[in-house]
Amino acid sequence: MSNEYRRITKDGLWDNNIVFAQALGLCPLLAVTGTATNGLGMGMATTVVLVASGLFISLLRGIITPQVRIPVFVLIIAVLVTLVDMSMNAWIHDLHKVLGLFIPLIVTNCAILGRAESFASRNTVMNSMFDGLMMGVGFTFALVLLGAVREILGSGTLFANAAQLLGGWAKIIELTLIDDYRGFLLIILPPGGFLVLGFLHASKRLLDRRLAERKQATADAQTSEMPLESS
Amino acid sequence: MTTPLEPTYRQGVGYQALLLGGFSTLATALLVAGNIATKSDIQERQREDLLRSLNQVIPAEYYDSDLLQQPLSIQDDQGDSLTVYRGLEGMQVNALAWEVVGQGYAGEIRLILGVNAKGEVLGVRVLSHAETPGLGDKIEIEKGNWILSFNDLSLKNTTTQQWHVKKDGGQFDQFSGATITPRAVVKAIHSGLTFFEAHKDELLNPPVINTKSVSLSKQASLPEETSHE
Repeated sequence: MSNEYRRITKDGLWDNNIVFAQALGLCPLLAVTGTATNGLGMGMATTVVLVASGLFISLLRGIITPQVRIPVFVLIIAVLVTLVDMSMNAWIHDLHKVLGLFIPLIVTNCAILGRAESFASRNTVMNSMFDGLMMGVGFTFALVLLGAVREILGSGTLFANAAQLLGGWAKIIELTLIDDYRGFLLIILPPGGFLVLGFLHASKRLLDRRLAERKQATADAQTSEMPLESS
Repeated sequence: MTTPLEPTYRQGVGYQALLLGGFSTLATALLVAGNIATKSDIQERQREDLLRSLNQVIPAEYYDSDLLQQPLSIQDDQGDSLTVYRGLEGMQVNALAWEVVGQGYAGEIRLILGVNAKGEVLGVRVLSHAETPGLGDKIEIEKGNWILSFNDLSLKNTTTQQWHVKKDGGQFDQFSGATITPRAVVKAIHSGLTFFEAHKDELLNPPVINTKSVSLSKQASLPEETSHE
Protein backbone atom coordinates (compact mmCIF):
# COMPACT_ATOMS: atom_id res chain seq x y z
CA MET A 1 0.00 0.00 0.00
CA SER A 2 2.80 2.41 0.85
CA ASN A 3 4.28 1.40 -2.47
CA GLU A 4 1.08 2.61 -4.11
CA TYR A 5 1.34 5.97 -2.36
CA ARG A 6 4.99 6.29 -3.32
CA ARG A 7 4.08 5.71 -6.96
CA ILE A 8 1.27 8.30 -6.79
CA THR A 9 3.63 10.80 -5.19
CA LYS A 10 6.32 10.28 -7.81
CA ASP A 11 3.74 10.46 -10.58
CA GLY A 12 2.21 13.69 -9.35
CA LEU A 13 5.40 15.51 -8.54
CA TRP A 14 7.59 14.48 -11.43
CA ASP A 15 6.94 11.56 -13.75
CA ASN A 16 3.42 12.55 -14.71
CA ASN A 17 3.48 16.21 -13.64
CA ILE A 18 0.43 18.07 -14.93
CA VAL A 19 2.50 20.78 -16.55
CA PHE A 20 5.79 19.19 -17.45
CA ALA A 21 4.59 15.74 -18.50
CA GLN A 22 0.89 15.94 -19.32
CA ALA A 23 1.14 19.54 -20.58
CA LEU A 24 -2.40 20.20 -19.33
CA GLY A 25 -3.89 23.32 -17.82
CA LEU A 26 -1.64 25.64 -19.78
CA CYS A 27 -4.29 28.33 -20.22
CA PRO A 28 -4.57 29.34 -16.55
CA LEU A 29 -0.88 28.59 -16.15
CA LEU A 30 0.35 31.12 -18.66
CA ALA A 31 -2.18 33.71 -17.58
CA VAL A 32 -1.19 33.92 -13.94
CA THR A 33 2.50 33.10 -13.70
CA GLY A 34 3.83 36.64 -14.03
CA THR A 35 5.03 36.36 -10.46
CA ALA A 36 5.87 33.45 -8.20
CA THR A 37 3.24 34.59 -5.69
CA ASN A 38 0.45 34.43 -8.24
CA GLY A 39 1.64 30.98 -9.27
CA LEU A 40 1.53 29.84 -5.66
CA GLY A 41 -1.99 31.20 -5.17
CA MET A 42 -3.30 29.54 -8.30
CA GLY A 43 -1.56 26.30 -7.38
CA MET A 44 -3.09 26.20 -3.91
CA ALA A 45 -6.59 26.91 -5.17
CA THR A 46 -6.24 24.23 -7.84
CA THR A 47 -4.97 21.71 -5.28
CA VAL A 48 -8.05 22.20 -3.12
CA VAL A 49 -10.33 21.59 -6.09
CA LEU A 50 -8.29 18.55 -7.21
CA VAL A 51 -8.56 16.91 -3.79
CA ALA A 52 -12.28 17.68 -3.51
CA SER A 53 -13.07 16.42 -7.00
CA GLY A 54 -11.02 13.30 -6.29
CA LEU A 55 -13.13 12.70 -3.18
CA PHE A 56 -16.54 13.16 -4.79
CA ILE A 57 -15.84 11.44 -8.07
CA SER A 58 -14.33 8.37 -6.45
CA LEU A 59 -17.24 8.26 -4.01
CA LEU A 60 -19.72 8.34 -6.87
CA ARG A 61 -17.80 6.11 -9.24
CA GLY A 62 -20.10 3.19 -8.45
CA ILE A 63 -23.22 4.85 -9.79
CA ILE A 64 -21.90 6.88 -12.71
CA THR A 65 -22.03 4.99 -15.99
CA PRO A 66 -19.37 5.38 -18.66
CA GLN A 67 -21.88 6.82 -21.13
CA VAL A 68 -22.71 9.91 -19.10
CA ARG A 69 -19.54 10.24 -17.06
CA ILE A 70 -18.08 13.31 -18.81
CA PRO A 71 -21.05 15.65 -18.28
CA VAL A 72 -21.41 14.45 -14.70
CA PHE A 73 -17.71 15.06 -13.98
CA VAL A 74 -17.88 18.53 -15.52
CA LEU A 75 -20.96 19.28 -13.45
CA ILE A 76 -19.31 18.15 -10.22
CA ILE A 77 -16.15 20.16 -10.89
CA ALA A 78 -18.09 23.28 -11.86
CA VAL A 79 -20.25 23.08 -8.72
CA LEU A 80 -17.18 22.58 -6.54
CA VAL A 81 -15.34 25.54 -8.03
CA THR A 82 -18.39 27.79 -7.74
CA LEU A 83 -18.96 26.80 -4.11
CA VAL A 84 -15.29 27.38 -3.27
CA ASP A 85 -15.46 30.76 -4.99
CA MET A 86 -18.61 31.84 -3.16
CA SER A 87 -17.54 30.71 0.28
CA MET A 88 -14.10 32.28 -0.07
CA ASN A 89 -15.69 35.53 -1.15
CA ALA A 90 -17.96 35.49 1.87
CA TRP A 91 -15.72 34.20 4.62
CA ILE A 92 -12.08 34.64 3.66
CA HIS A 93 -12.52 37.80 1.71
CA ASP A 94 -8.95 39.09 1.86
CA LEU A 95 -7.59 35.91 0.34
CA HIS A 96 -10.38 35.98 -2.22
CA LYS A 97 -9.34 39.44 -3.32
CA VAL A 98 -5.94 38.02 -4.23
CA LEU A 99 -7.04 34.62 -5.56
CA GLY A 100 -10.49 35.62 -6.77
CA LEU A 101 -9.27 36.22 -10.24
CA PHE A 102 -7.87 32.70 -10.55
CA ILE A 103 -10.66 30.64 -9.10
CA PRO A 104 -13.06 30.77 -12.07
CA LEU A 105 -10.06 29.90 -14.24
CA ILE A 106 -9.80 26.55 -12.45
CA VAL A 107 -12.89 25.34 -14.31
CA THR A 108 -10.99 25.79 -17.55
CA ASN A 109 -8.18 23.61 -16.26
CA CYS A 110 -8.65 20.33 -18.08
CA ALA A 111 -6.12 18.69 -15.76
CA ILE A 112 -8.90 18.35 -13.18
CA LEU A 113 -11.22 16.59 -15.60
CA GLY A 114 -8.20 14.56 -16.69
CA ARG A 115 -7.54 13.30 -13.17
CA ALA A 116 -11.25 12.62 -12.64
CA GLU A 117 -11.38 10.55 -15.80
CA SER A 118 -8.10 8.68 -15.57
CA PHE A 119 -7.70 8.24 -11.82
CA ALA A 120 -10.55 9.11 -9.51
CA SER A 121 -13.18 7.22 -11.50
CA ARG A 122 -11.34 3.92 -11.08
CA ASN A 123 -9.62 4.16 -7.70
CA THR A 124 -10.53 4.19 -4.01
CA VAL A 125 -11.45 7.37 -2.18
CA MET A 126 -8.19 7.61 -0.22
CA ASN A 127 -6.04 6.97 -3.27
CA SER A 128 -7.98 9.50 -5.33
CA MET A 129 -7.69 12.22 -2.73
CA PHE A 130 -4.00 11.51 -2.33
CA ASP A 131 -3.57 11.59 -6.09
CA GLY A 132 -5.38 14.94 -6.20
CA LEU A 133 -3.10 16.29 -3.49
CA MET A 134 0.08 15.12 -5.20
CA MET A 135 -1.03 16.30 -8.63
CA GLY A 136 -1.92 19.64 -7.06
CA VAL A 137 1.43 19.95 -5.32
CA GLY A 138 3.17 19.07 -8.57
CA PHE A 139 1.11 21.68 -10.40
CA THR A 140 1.89 24.26 -7.71
CA PHE A 141 5.57 23.43 -7.99
CA ALA A 142 5.48 23.97 -11.75
CA LEU A 143 3.56 27.24 -11.41
CA VAL A 144 5.87 28.64 -8.74
CA LEU A 145 8.93 27.63 -10.75
CA LEU A 146 7.59 29.24 -13.93
CA GLY A 147 6.44 32.32 -12.01
CA ALA A 148 9.80 32.63 -10.24
CA VAL A 149 11.80 32.43 -13.47
CA ARG A 150 9.56 34.98 -15.18
CA GLU A 151 9.56 37.27 -12.16
CA ILE A 152 13.33 37.22 -11.72
CA LEU A 153 14.01 37.79 -15.41
CA GLY A 154 11.13 40.18 -15.92
CA SER A 155 11.14 42.39 -12.86
CA GLY A 156 14.18 41.38 -10.81
CA THR A 157 12.14 40.40 -7.76
CA LEU A 158 10.99 37.15 -6.21
CA PHE A 159 7.74 36.50 -4.36
CA ALA A 160 6.68 40.14 -4.60
CA ASN A 161 3.45 40.79 -2.65
CA ALA A 162 3.59 37.39 -0.98
CA ALA A 163 2.37 39.07 2.21
CA GLN A 164 -0.97 39.77 0.55
CA LEU A 165 -1.42 36.07 -0.07
CA LEU A 166 0.15 34.47 2.97
CA GLY A 167 -0.06 37.12 5.65
CA GLY A 168 2.45 39.49 7.23
CA TRP A 169 5.20 36.99 7.97
CA ALA A 170 5.70 36.42 4.26
CA LYS A 171 7.38 39.83 4.00
CA ILE A 172 10.66 38.04 4.65
CA ILE A 173 10.45 36.00 1.45
CA GLU A 174 9.73 39.06 -0.69
CA LEU A 175 13.10 39.58 -2.30
CA THR A 176 14.45 42.20 -4.63
CA LEU A 177 17.22 40.32 -6.36
CA ILE A 178 18.36 42.97 -8.81
CA ASP A 179 18.28 46.55 -7.56
CA ASP A 180 17.29 49.22 -10.06
CA TYR A 181 16.40 46.59 -12.62
CA ARG A 182 14.79 48.14 -15.66
CA GLY A 183 12.63 45.13 -16.37
CA PHE A 184 12.37 42.71 -19.25
CA LEU A 185 8.82 43.22 -20.42
CA LEU A 186 8.68 40.33 -22.89
CA ILE A 187 9.10 37.76 -20.12
CA ILE A 188 6.20 39.18 -18.11
CA LEU A 189 3.84 39.28 -21.08
CA PRO A 190 2.22 36.04 -22.33
CA PRO A 191 4.89 35.31 -25.01
CA GLY A 192 7.45 35.17 -22.23
CA GLY A 193 5.28 32.59 -20.50
CA PHE A 194 5.41 30.37 -23.59
CA LEU A 195 9.16 30.83 -23.95
CA VAL A 196 9.98 30.06 -20.33
CA LEU A 197 7.58 27.10 -20.33
CA GLY A 198 9.34 25.74 -23.41
CA PHE A 199 12.75 26.05 -21.81
CA LEU A 200 11.54 24.41 -18.60
CA HIS A 201 10.01 21.54 -20.61
CA ALA A 202 13.28 21.05 -22.44
CA SER A 203 15.23 21.13 -19.18
CA LYS A 204 13.03 18.46 -17.67
CA ARG A 205 13.46 16.23 -20.71
CA LEU A 206 17.20 16.74 -20.57
CA LEU A 207 17.31 15.97 -16.86
CA ASP A 208 15.15 12.86 -17.32
CA ARG A 209 17.41 11.62 -20.07
CA ARG A 210 20.53 12.21 -18.01
CA LEU A 211 18.97 10.31 -15.12
CA ALA A 212 17.95 7.43 -17.37
CA GLU A 213 21.41 7.30 -18.88
CA ARG A 214 23.04 7.24 -15.49
CA LYS A 215 20.70 4.45 -14.40
CA GLN A 216 21.52 2.53 -17.54
CA ALA A 217 25.19 3.11 -16.96
CA THR A 218 25.13 1.74 -13.43
CA ALA A 219 22.96 -1.17 -14.52
CA ASP A 220 25.48 -2.49 -16.97
CA ALA A 221 28.65 -1.39 -15.30
CA GLN A 222 30.88 -3.19 -17.73
CA THR A 223 29.93 -0.79 -20.50
CA SER A 224 30.05 2.31 -18.31
CA GLU A 225 32.00 4.21 -20.91
CA MET A 226 28.98 4.32 -23.14
CA PRO A 227 29.32 7.08 -25.72
CA LEU A 228 26.66 9.69 -25.12
CA GLU A 229 24.97 11.21 -28.07
CA SER A 230 25.29 14.93 -28.13
CA SER A 231 22.01 16.71 -27.60
CA MET B 1 -15.24 1.21 -17.68
CA THR B 2 -14.94 0.31 -14.03
CA THR B 3 -16.34 -3.14 -13.35
CA PRO B 4 -17.24 -5.96 -15.69
CA LEU B 5 -20.15 -6.98 -13.45
CA GLU B 6 -22.34 -4.07 -14.42
CA PRO B 7 -26.06 -4.61 -13.85
CA THR B 8 -28.10 -4.49 -17.04
CA TYR B 9 -30.49 -1.76 -15.87
CA ARG B 10 -27.58 0.64 -16.12
CA GLN B 11 -27.48 0.25 -19.86
CA GLY B 12 -31.01 1.58 -20.20
CA VAL B 13 -31.67 5.11 -21.34
CA GLY B 14 -33.89 5.59 -18.32
CA TYR B 15 -31.06 5.12 -15.85
CA GLN B 16 -28.76 7.41 -17.77
CA ALA B 17 -31.39 10.12 -18.03
CA LEU B 18 -32.19 9.78 -14.36
CA LEU B 19 -28.50 10.03 -13.51
CA LEU B 20 -27.96 13.18 -15.56
CA GLY B 21 -31.20 14.75 -14.39
CA GLY B 22 -30.50 13.82 -10.79
CA PHE B 23 -27.03 15.30 -10.84
CA SER B 24 -28.25 18.47 -12.52
CA THR B 25 -30.96 18.90 -9.91
CA LEU B 26 -28.52 18.21 -7.12
CA ALA B 27 -26.02 20.67 -8.58
CA THR B 28 -28.66 23.36 -8.91
CA ALA B 29 -29.85 22.77 -5.36
CA LEU B 30 -26.29 22.98 -4.03
CA LEU B 31 -25.59 26.20 -5.88
CA VAL B 32 -28.84 27.76 -4.70
CA ALA B 33 -28.04 26.76 -1.13
CA GLY B 34 -24.52 28.11 -1.49
CA ASN B 35 -25.81 31.36 -2.88
CA ILE B 36 -28.32 31.80 -0.07
CA ALA B 37 -25.71 31.00 2.55
CA THR B 38 -23.12 33.43 1.22
CA LYS B 39 -25.17 36.24 -0.33
CA SER B 40 -25.54 38.54 2.64
CA ASP B 41 -21.94 38.01 3.73
CA ILE B 42 -20.65 38.80 0.25
CA GLN B 43 -22.74 41.99 0.14
CA GLU B 44 -21.41 42.97 3.53
CA ARG B 45 -17.82 42.39 2.37
CA GLN B 46 -18.39 44.45 -0.75
CA ARG B 47 -19.83 47.24 1.37
CA GLU B 48 -16.76 47.13 3.59
CA ASP B 49 -14.51 47.25 0.52
CA LEU B 50 -16.34 50.27 -0.83
CA LEU B 51 -16.23 52.02 2.52
CA ARG B 52 -12.53 51.26 2.84
CA SER B 53 -11.74 52.85 -0.51
CA LEU B 54 -13.98 55.83 0.28
CA ASN B 55 -12.19 56.33 3.57
CA GLN B 56 -8.88 56.44 1.73
CA VAL B 57 -9.95 59.36 -0.43
CA ILE B 58 -12.07 61.31 2.07
CA PRO B 59 -10.38 62.10 5.39
CA ALA B 60 -12.60 61.47 8.40
CA GLU B 61 -12.63 65.11 9.57
CA TYR B 62 -14.62 66.07 6.49
CA TYR B 63 -17.86 64.40 7.46
CA ASP B 64 -19.95 63.20 10.35
CA SER B 65 -22.42 61.21 8.27
CA ASP B 66 -22.48 57.74 6.80
CA LEU B 67 -20.70 57.92 3.47
CA LEU B 68 -22.76 55.11 2.02
CA GLN B 69 -26.07 56.70 2.93
CA GLN B 70 -28.06 58.37 0.19
CA PRO B 71 -25.57 58.31 -2.63
CA LEU B 72 -26.40 60.70 -5.42
CA SER B 73 -27.21 59.25 -8.80
CA ILE B 74 -26.27 61.59 -11.59
CA GLN B 75 -25.82 61.43 -15.36
CA ASP B 76 -22.23 61.80 -16.46
CA ASP B 77 -21.18 63.45 -19.70
CA GLN B 78 -21.54 60.21 -21.62
CA GLY B 79 -25.09 59.81 -20.34
CA ASP B 80 -24.21 56.90 -18.07
CA SER B 81 -25.44 56.90 -14.53
CA LEU B 82 -22.78 57.74 -11.97
CA THR B 83 -22.99 57.19 -8.23
CA VAL B 84 -21.52 59.97 -6.11
CA TYR B 85 -20.91 59.32 -2.42
CA ARG B 86 -21.15 62.35 -0.21
CA GLY B 87 -19.70 63.21 3.16
CA LEU B 88 -21.92 65.61 5.08
CA GLU B 89 -21.12 67.80 8.01
CA GLY B 90 -24.42 68.90 9.42
CA MET B 91 -26.48 69.61 6.34
CA GLN B 92 -23.58 70.68 4.21
CA VAL B 93 -21.90 68.56 1.55
CA ASN B 94 -18.26 68.77 2.53
CA ALA B 95 -16.63 66.06 0.47
CA LEU B 96 -17.56 63.91 -2.47
CA ALA B 97 -16.16 60.77 -4.01
CA TRP B 98 -16.95 59.00 -7.22
CA GLU B 99 -15.40 56.64 -9.68
CA VAL B 100 -13.49 57.92 -12.70
CA VAL B 101 -12.22 55.72 -15.49
CA GLY B 102 -9.14 56.12 -17.65
CA GLN B 103 -8.16 54.16 -20.74
CA GLY B 104 -4.80 52.65 -19.85
CA TYR B 105 -2.36 50.53 -21.78
CA ALA B 106 -4.33 47.36 -21.08
CA GLY B 107 -7.94 48.40 -20.72
CA GLU B 108 -9.77 50.44 -18.15
CA ILE B 109 -8.16 51.90 -15.07
CA ARG B 110 -10.84 52.44 -12.45
CA LEU B 111 -10.04 55.11 -9.90
CA ILE B 112 -11.90 56.59 -6.97
CA LEU B 113 -11.58 60.34 -6.73
CA GLY B 114 -12.35 62.33 -3.60
CA VAL B 115 -12.75 66.11 -3.71
CA ASN B 116 -13.83 68.73 -1.21
CA ALA B 117 -16.53 71.33 -1.79
CA LYS B 118 -14.00 73.71 -3.33
CA GLY B 119 -13.07 71.20 -5.99
CA GLU B 120 -9.68 70.31 -4.54
CA VAL B 121 -8.51 66.72 -4.70
CA LEU B 122 -8.59 65.05 -1.29
CA GLY B 123 -7.26 61.78 -2.56
CA VAL B 124 -7.18 59.36 -5.46
CA ARG B 125 -6.81 55.58 -5.34
CA VAL B 126 -6.77 52.89 -7.97
CA LEU B 127 -9.66 50.45 -7.65
CA SER B 128 -8.70 48.13 -10.46
CA HIS B 129 -6.45 48.03 -13.49
CA ALA B 130 -4.76 45.58 -15.82
CA GLU B 131 -1.56 47.51 -16.48
CA THR B 132 1.76 45.76 -16.89
CA PRO B 133 3.16 44.54 -13.56
CA GLY B 134 6.39 46.30 -12.71
CA LEU B 135 5.78 49.16 -15.12
CA GLY B 136 2.28 50.58 -15.07
CA ASP B 137 1.33 49.33 -11.63
CA LYS B 138 3.25 52.12 -9.89
CA ILE B 139 -0.07 53.97 -9.86
CA GLU B 140 -1.09 51.73 -6.94
CA ILE B 141 -0.51 53.17 -3.49
CA GLU B 142 1.11 49.86 -2.47
CA LYS B 143 3.78 50.30 -5.14
CA GLY B 144 4.63 53.96 -4.75
CA ASN B 145 3.64 57.46 -3.75
CA TRP B 146 2.96 58.72 -7.25
CA ILE B 147 -0.81 58.73 -6.79
CA LEU B 148 -0.41 61.10 -3.83
CA SER B 149 0.96 63.82 -6.11
CA PHE B 150 -2.63 64.73 -7.00
CA ASN B 151 -3.58 65.67 -3.44
CA ASP B 152 -4.71 69.28 -2.97
CA LEU B 153 -4.68 70.03 -6.68
CA SER B 154 -7.64 71.66 -8.33
CA LEU B 155 -8.51 73.29 -11.62
CA LYS B 156 -7.79 76.64 -9.99
CA ASN B 157 -4.29 76.01 -8.69
CA THR B 158 -3.18 73.89 -11.63
CA THR B 159 -3.58 75.02 -15.22
CA THR B 160 -4.93 72.85 -17.98
CA GLN B 161 -1.45 72.65 -19.46
CA GLN B 162 -0.06 71.47 -16.12
CA TRP B 163 -2.62 68.65 -16.04
CA HIS B 164 -0.39 66.49 -18.21
CA VAL B 165 2.58 64.23 -17.68
CA LYS B 166 5.98 65.91 -17.99
CA LYS B 167 6.56 64.41 -21.41
CA ASP B 168 3.49 66.29 -22.66
CA GLY B 169 4.53 69.53 -20.99
CA GLY B 170 2.68 69.07 -17.71
CA GLN B 171 3.75 68.60 -14.13
CA PHE B 172 3.24 64.90 -13.42
CA ASP B 173 6.03 62.33 -13.54
CA GLN B 174 5.71 59.53 -16.02
CA PHE B 175 7.30 56.16 -15.27
CA SER B 176 10.29 54.87 -17.17
CA GLY B 177 8.88 52.50 -19.75
CA ALA B 178 5.28 53.47 -19.10
CA THR B 179 3.81 56.77 -20.20
CA ILE B 180 0.37 55.66 -21.31
CA THR B 181 -0.68 54.59 -17.82
CA PRO B 182 0.10 57.85 -15.95
CA ARG B 183 -1.21 59.84 -18.89
CA ALA B 184 -4.54 58.00 -18.64
CA VAL B 185 -4.72 58.57 -14.88
CA VAL B 186 -3.96 62.29 -15.18
CA LYS B 187 -6.56 62.65 -17.89
CA ALA B 188 -9.20 60.76 -15.90
CA ILE B 189 -8.66 62.89 -12.80
CA HIS B 190 -8.67 66.09 -14.81
CA SER B 191 -11.94 65.20 -16.49
CA GLY B 192 -13.31 64.23 -13.07
CA LEU B 193 -12.57 67.73 -11.79
CA THR B 194 -14.01 69.29 -14.94
CA PHE B 195 -17.14 67.25 -14.33
CA PHE B 196 -17.27 68.53 -10.77
CA GLU B 197 -17.04 72.17 -11.93
CA ALA B 198 -19.77 71.64 -14.51
CA HIS B 199 -22.18 70.00 -12.08
CA LYS B 200 -21.12 71.78 -8.93
CA ASP B 201 -24.55 73.04 -7.89
CA GLU B 202 -26.20 69.73 -8.30
CA LEU B 203 -23.40 67.83 -6.57
CA LEU B 204 -23.22 70.15 -3.59
CA ASN B 205 -26.95 70.25 -3.09
CA PRO B 206 -27.58 68.70 0.32
CA PRO B 207 -29.63 65.52 0.18
CA VAL B 208 -33.22 65.75 1.23
CA ILE B 209 -33.53 63.99 4.54
CA ASN B 210 -36.41 61.62 5.24
CA THR B 211 -37.22 60.94 1.60
CA LYS B 212 -36.71 57.82 -0.33
CA SER B 213 -35.91 59.53 -3.59
CA VAL B 214 -32.24 60.35 -3.64
CA SER B 215 -31.82 61.01 -7.32
CA LEU B 216 -32.29 64.69 -7.88
CA SER B 217 -32.93 65.40 -11.49
CA LYS B 218 -31.31 68.37 -13.13
CA GLN B 219 -34.60 70.20 -13.68
CA ALA B 220 -35.75 69.99 -10.10
CA SER B 221 -32.72 71.63 -8.57
CA LEU B 222 -33.58 72.74 -5.09
CA PRO B 223 -32.78 76.27 -3.92
CA GLU B 224 -29.19 76.59 -2.84
CA GLU B 225 -29.21 76.94 0.91
CA THR B 226 -25.63 76.35 1.77
CA SER B 227 -22.95 78.92 1.43
CA HIS B 228 -19.51 77.69 0.54
CA GLU B 229 -16.75 79.13 2.57
